[in-house]
Amino acid sequence: MNEIEFLTWVRGTGLNIALGLFVLGMLWRLVEIYTLGRKKDLAPTRKVAGASGWHTIARRSMPPHSMLKRSPVSYFGGYIFHLGLFITVFFFAPHIKLVESLLGISWPGLPSQVIDAVTVVTLATMLLVLFDRINNPVKRFLSTFGDYLAWALTFLPLLTGFLAVKHLLLPYTTMLALHILSVELLLIALPFTKLIHVVTLFASRWYNGDISGKRGVPV
Amino acid sequence: MTASLQRGINALKEVIDAPVASFFSSCVHCGLCADACLFYTETGDPKYTPIHKLEPLKRVYKQEFTLLGRLAKMAGLAKPVTDDELESWSELVYDSCTLCGRCSMVCPVGNDLTYMIRKLREGMAVSGHAPAGIVSATRRTVELGGPMGLKWPAVQNVIKHVEADSGHKVPVDQAGAEYMVLLSSMEIVNYPEYIGALAKIFNKAGITWTLSSEAFEATNAGIQIGNSDLAREIVSRIVNAAEKLGVKKVLSPECGHAYMAIRWEGPNLMGRPFKFEVVHVLELLDELRGKGVLKMKDKLKTPVTLHDPCQIVRRGGVLNAPEALLKEVVVEFRPMSDRGKMNWCCGGGGGASAIHEPAAEELRFTAFKRKKAQIEETGVNTMVTFCANCRITLEESIDHYEMNTQLLGLTELLAEHLED
Repeated sequence: MNEIEFLTWVRGTGLNIALGLFVLGMLWRLVEIYTLGRKKDLAPTRKVAGASGWHTIARRSMPPHSMLKRSPVSYFGGYIFHLGLFITVFFFAPHIKLVESLLGISWPGLPSQVIDAVTVVTLATMLLVLFDRINNPVKRFLSTFGDYLAWALTFLPLLTGFLAVKHLLLPYTTMLALHILSVELLLIALPFTKLIHVVTLFASRWYNGDISGKRGVPV
Repeated sequence: MTASLQRGINALKEVIDAPVASFFSSCVHCGLCADACLFYTETGDPKYTPIHKLEPLKRVYKQEFTLLGRLAKMAGLAKPVTDDELESWSELVYDSCTLCGRCSMVCPVGNDLTYMIRKLREGMAVSGHAPAGIVSATRRTVELGGPMGLKWPAVQNVIKHVEADSGHKVPVDQAGAEYMVLLSSMEIVNYPEYIGALAKIFNKAGITWTLSSEAFEATNAGIQIGNSDLAREIVSRIVNAAEKLGVKKVLSPECGHAYMAIRWEGPNLMGRPFKFEVVHVLELLDELRGKGVLKMKDKLKTPVTLHDPCQIVRRGGVLNAPEALLKEVVVEFRPMSDRGKMNWCCGGGGGASAIHEPAAEELRFTAFKRKKAQIEETGVNTMVTFCANCRITLEESIDHYEMNTQLLGLTELLAEHLED
């Protein structure tokens, strides 16, 4: 298989396999989790403004009182790399073109210099949070193979995308193919690793906010 | 596998629900819950990270409820939960967790870790891995009526003394009263002034009330140990007594876990809503304050700080009444930096204070350093609180560190300064 064939495969068959596994895996996991249901709470609710699952979905994005001071690397590192991933995935012009060709919808992208800068900052921040995972006693203690796998699966698309755009290390076609392949691996793994938090965190926050909200505590 | 372990695993399978599955699936191992837990912040030992305390429950969830976990189990690749493991986890699930709920406030993906620890205790209790101290407190509550083994005649004796000291009558078994008042053994034995304080306030407000000779104990060790069957039996005494007397409301004492047991867990344990309302004593006092019934003759001159009990404030939802009431009766209130729903635990909730092994006691004193630092930051020597269990835990620790801090119960403080 030469580089053109490789690129053709990842864009066709490979992408179909990855998307299929992603959709099936995601459906399976969501059904597996949420059909477990829960018992109805029979205690009379205490109604307080701002105390509900919906409020907690939004509120939990902000650091609770005095926590920022205790764990600055987790908070700042976390904000920066999540925001960086969001910007590079959704505001890089070729990505928007891809979405347009598939779904027919489009929105304005950001200038490539901005995307470059965001990518470099995000890559650096991801290296920092990896270092923190190894260096911080609590994170090291909690970490399993799955944590490092999830990190690598998130880091590689960003890295290969950057190298492809900058024509570094490998011929553009090969690097682009590797970039698409790395995204496909990410999609396949997402439902079965901690990466599924991108979806489940909304339900988790909602449950937490609902449990405390019924008692009148905005959390 | 032993029969008791099988029962434990079955209990865990039974308590796993969609929130638990969602929480475990969402965890990214960020470790922020450690920074919210006083057992981690004061020891620096990563094993006290709240999510780690849930490891046995997480493995049962994965092995029994997820596709990959079940495949791994079939292939013999999954690590089974064993008796030895649960035994070693007892320290993490009981000694070093007070169900204070602070970790549930900070988890960025929204996991309610406390909700899950409470569930893990169901499996720990039936598999025989709960600490002896809480097991015997539960047994005494089921067999004798209270965790300290206090029986009604002893309570009657205390009532006689209270009536003599306060000059107020303490009604017993009065059908049709508005409030049936619950107490905690800790209050009856160590702080009987609380009963006199209540009598004075009820008389002043002209509210009818009664104690029940059949159900005076509000605390529920069944919940702390994590055995819903026992917890239900203990709660049902209160429910039966209250419905027999036909009271409109049941008054929970200051005690935090008692309030949790009767107000929030009670109807769920019984499987039906109650025919009466459950009111925390501070909610009642705040209502009386709003009506202008609670007038003070004078105020406490010394500056005070306030310790918010977790189960009443953060987990119980009595958020505003404590500070509003305190401000009625003191000249100067200096709040702690982390207060209200973000306050730090005393270190002895969730049954921890009933564990008397030296290692557990030592750990409580270490964890108390957080509260000690909080008290010292305020620079005051008087701390008010409103939970008998917090109070006893705080007093032991204050003695241990030979601190010059005086502790006061909020209801008594109010009663003492109430207009005659």
